[in-house]
Amino acid sequence: MTSSQDSTTTPGGRSWLTRVVLIDDHAMFRSGVRTELGGAVAVVGEAADAPSAIQVVLDTVPDVVLLDVHLPGGGGVAVLQAVLARRPEVRFLALSVSDAAEDVIGVIRAGARGYVTKAITGPELVAAIRRVGEGDAVFSPRLAGFVLDAFTGIDIAAVDEELDQLTPREREVLRLIARGYAYKEVAKELFISVKTVETHVSAVLRKLQLSNRHQLTRWATERRLV
Amino acid sequence: MSVRGQACDDASVTTIDAAPPRYRRAQEDKLLAGVAAGLAHHLRVDVIVVRLTFVVLGAVGGFGLLVYAALWVVVPQDRVETVTAPGLAAAERLGLRPTRRIRLAVGDAGQLLAFAVLALGLAALFQSTSLGVNPVIFWPSVIVAVGVFLIWRQSDESDASPASSVSAGGTGTVGLGVGWRSGGWRHRLRVAIGAGLVVAGLFAFVAASGRLDVAGDVVVGAATAVVGVLLIGGPWLLRIVRDLRDERTERALSQQQADVAAHLHDSVLQTLALIQRQASDPREVVRLARSQERDLRGWLYGVPASPDSSLRIALERVAAEVEEQHGVLIEVVVVGDCPVDPAVHALVRAAREALVNAATHAQTDRVDVFAEVEGNEVMAFVRDRGVGFDPDAIADGRMGVRGSIIERMQRHGGTATVRSTPGGGTEVRLTIKVAPEVHRAGSRQ
Repeated sequence: MTSSQDSTTTPGGRSWLTRVVLIDDHAMFRSGVRTELGGAVAVVGEAADAPSAIQVVLDTVPDVVLLDVHLPGGGGVAVLQAVLARRPEVRFLALSVSDAAEDVIGVIRAGARGYVTKAITGPELVAAIRRVGEGDAVFSPRLAGFVLDAFTGIDIAAVDEELDQLTPREREVLRLIARGYAYKEVAKELFISVKTVETHVSAVLRKLQLSNRHQLTRWATERRLV
Repeated sequence: MSVRGQACDDASVTTIDAAPPRYRRAQEDKLLAGVAAGLAHHLRVDVIVVRLTFVVLGAVGGFGLLVYAALWVVVPQDRVETVTAPGLAAAERLGLRPTRRIRLAVGDAGQLLAFAVLALGLAALFQSTSLGVNPVIFWPSVIVAVGVFLIWRQSDESDASPASSVSAGGTGTVGLGVGWRSGGWRHRLRVAIGAGLVVAGLFAFVAASGRLDVAGDVVVGAATAVVGVLLIGGPWLLRIVRDLRDERTERALSQQQADVAAHLHDSVLQTLALIQRQASDPREVVRLARSQERDLRGWLYGVPASPDSSLRIALERVAAEVEEQHGVLIEVVVVGDCPVDPAVHALVRAAREALVNAATHAQTDRVDVFAEVEGNEVMAFVRDRGVGFDPDAIADGRMGVRGSIIERMQRHGGTATVRSTPGGGTEVRLTIKVAPEVHRAGSRQ
């Protein structure tokens, strides 16, 4: 969390700022996001394609990488794989104009800890970055819907591993998120703490990433035929 | 738009549960060419049964092997690529997202090995009986079969990825239809090994049949025949090659154009996202930007689906209308899907009414819609974080909630509940039953 490099980007030099690397092949979008993030986080690097992104991230080792899903040089997934193999502690938040489920699930399964669309507002984006930086998962309603669908497609009778299905509670939490509830509201609705909500969401994320369930990898391909 | 139309046709063929799925060689579950997996999918039996049948039939006299090869040639591959939304296809061609490569996982390789060992064992057992095929023919045939398999599989793979062949060989080099052009030493090595095995098998046959002395003559004879065929068919072959090259160049060009168009649209999408977030005041700009964005997004990344047929489409359309008229941002998330029967239609209308209420009364610019199809029940939630109201205080005369939402749902055997607290936003919850046989899970936007 602390680094002298922060002072180059934040006048105040507040060293506890979340250090962020921006990766997007549209320069205009990067500058827009940079402006919007303002002083709320410290942008310590930018990149426009996968190879340079990998370089920048490995050089700066930021707290959070804001990663475009569609990226020259193999997509955001290529960056995730290359970086996480060497620096598993770096956290990624995927950002995309593409709402395609296989893209979203693809980056999550490759190791991103959250997904937001580019239409997200500035304050929401800052909050999402903070959350990911603290190690929590960021589920938008859309992502929650995708995940519910992915695990719904699985034939429950054929499921034997705990990894391959959601618990009823996790399902409930995801449903509320899909309904537009913030974590705090989910907690209130289910009479649990925000921390517990975060735990559930992280567990879902883990299952999504670790499950080798054939149907799950297959789901994205299948559903585009519908 | 032609792309969408075509995709719709494909979709109607591949997804409706009533008819058996069309026989296509599977790309996902395949061990070799997907013949068995595709057949199993088509017949709706366990793939292991089909595989074992092939193995047994193949080991006993080679009949299964012939059937397999014949199906391999005749049955087309299952191509997922054809229905990719243009934006995704372009992103894939430009290397912006990883291409879907079907790889043989370790477990699959193990399974393949198990089948191979089983087949060889059975074959050896069968050979040891009096029914066995003449070993002079048998073992060379096995070698030739493996060689042919390697070459065919290569050709399959270059077939399966037209995109890569265009980007790699689009400038004009034409391969021999065995994936030579798609490059990579591994591909070439596999083709070379395959060809080597075929030749070796043939030689083994000649040698084992005890006529090694005439083998030389055979080679000369075969070479003469090949030269003859080339002389006769040469011009014709050349023309085919030339036509192929022209066709490929043309395709590469049109794909490039599609890429450019997609890129332009993509940029527009970026700009729109920026406009939306920075123009905080002029609602009209946001409204226009939003509707333009929705159009582009649907075209570039949307899942092609036939209109009017599903809950998801209906909800998204309703949301788009309300967005358009009231300038609010509506996020629609649907899990599962089902056809729109009168009951579902009522739910969609009620949801629309709830959206309009939220847009006009809640004083918020964002509404979430979530719908889920579970079993034979459809649930929908319309939620805003606006000013809210006291539900007990609604006057009976206010038609919006009572008439359009609650009573409409009750008429169709459903329920509607409104939860709202002043200052805490409003959530309308709608549920309705659908006929069980029309329920179809697992599709969403």
